[in-house]
Amino acid sequence: MNRVHDMGGRFGDGAIDPNEPDAVFPQDWHGRALALTLAAGGLGQWNLDISRHARECLSPTDYVRFGYYEKWIAGLTDLLVNNGVVTQEELSTLTPTPNSPLRERKMLAEYVAKILASGGPADRPSDIPAVFTVGQRVTTRVHGNTLVDGGHTRLPSYARGKTGWIIQHHGAHVFPDSNAHRLGEAPEPLYSVGFYARDLWDTAENPEDEVVLDLWQSYLEPA
Amino acid sequence: MPHDDHSHSLLPSDPALRVKALETLLVEKGLVDPAALDEIIDTYSHKIGPQNGAKVVAKAWVDPDFRAALFSDATSAVRDLGYYGRQGEHMVAVENSATTHNLIVCTLCSCYPWPLLGIPPGWYKSDAYRARAVREPRAVLSEFGTTLAPETKIRVWDSTAEIRYLVIPERPPGTDGWSEEQLAGIVTRDAMIGTKLVEAPA
Repeated sequence: MNRVHDMGGRFGDGAIDPNEPDAVFPQDWHGRALALTLAAGGLGQWNLDISRHARECLSPTDYVRFGYYEKWIAGLTDLLVNNGVVTQEELSTLTPTPNSPLRERKMLAEYVAKILASGGPADRPSDIPAVFTVGQRVTTRVHGNTLVDGGHTRLPSYARGKTGWIIQHHGAHVFPDSNAHRLGEAPEPLYSVGFYARDLWDTAENPEDEVVLDLWQSYLEPA
Repeated sequence: MPHDDHSHSLLPSDPALRVKALETLLVEKGLVDPAALDEIIDTYSHKIGPQNGAKVVAKAWVDPDFRAALFSDATSAVRDLGYYGRQGEHMVAVENSATTHNLIVCTLCSCYPWPLLGIPPGWYKSDAYRARAVREPRAVLSEFGTTLAPETKIRVWDSTAEIRYLVIPERPPGTDGWSEEQLAGIVTRDAMIGTKLVEAPA
């Protein structure tokens, strides 16, 4: 089963408005929400995959009714409590308990530029050999996360149980299905995998069009 | 770790107040420096944005050595120009041609090459774009006023890992002899996502 964020291919969303205001942050609190999420992430209490999964774990009702940065703030709040950075009582009273042991990890303004510029690469050394070669046909598994029921995965529902071909091997990358649940980075080979539209959709606009996804080796088996 | 446990409902429902309440709490706890938040916002409002990607595209159009390096190892090629950082650690450039058009989406969240394009526009993060770009890219493109020849193949890249994609659009006719700077001036954000083409100068 999937979660509400897994919407690729879904029907019923209506038209896209490409002419919306061009401001990077249309409202001031949008920028605050993004910055707060980055700064809190800098406390080092969770990784990117845990952070994504927190937003995915919003209830379907909240996920749909919340705007983009509302999801970020809701996800961040849940992360802060679930990881013991703030308590539910602090949230409901908005009264801080002093002497958090994480104070020394606070992201200071003078380090922001360096932190944003240094990034966080996801490639890692790995003992797991790449078993697929460019051009080889592969089939994706039908299951989502096989480590945690309802867990984080980057294999979208629309691409499960489908056959495509290897376009590129990217080396070994951190495996989100594991890393999002503190089960280790478990790096394994990552590939770009191409699929024909006709093999993904009941009625493709053009059967020869392609969709490419970046998929980990354990999502794949030889076709 | 608990799942599906929604502490966020304890905060005020108005989103602006909700953000303010959380920021105030974290600042008072000594965990967040408000000046750091200002710095992050300033960085993505003024310093990092699609003007970076446009310079990469223009250089790829005029410099064959750079173009070769870009398609061989985009991460290194753009890093040499000073473009690297969060959400741009693993770059791949994909090239439009008369036979293939590329379109970038993230159906699962909102992955986007921040160091080259900045923070994604609202429509890129919308449910409609995320849901539809993979299944009906031609209908999506038409909403941007973009029509491709039926024989042009579309390749939609769903950014499901930490690889980030930059579309290198076709250089429009009528730009012979233009400088890199002039060329960068006509490369739009949407063209580097693939929802539009770079227009020939009037």
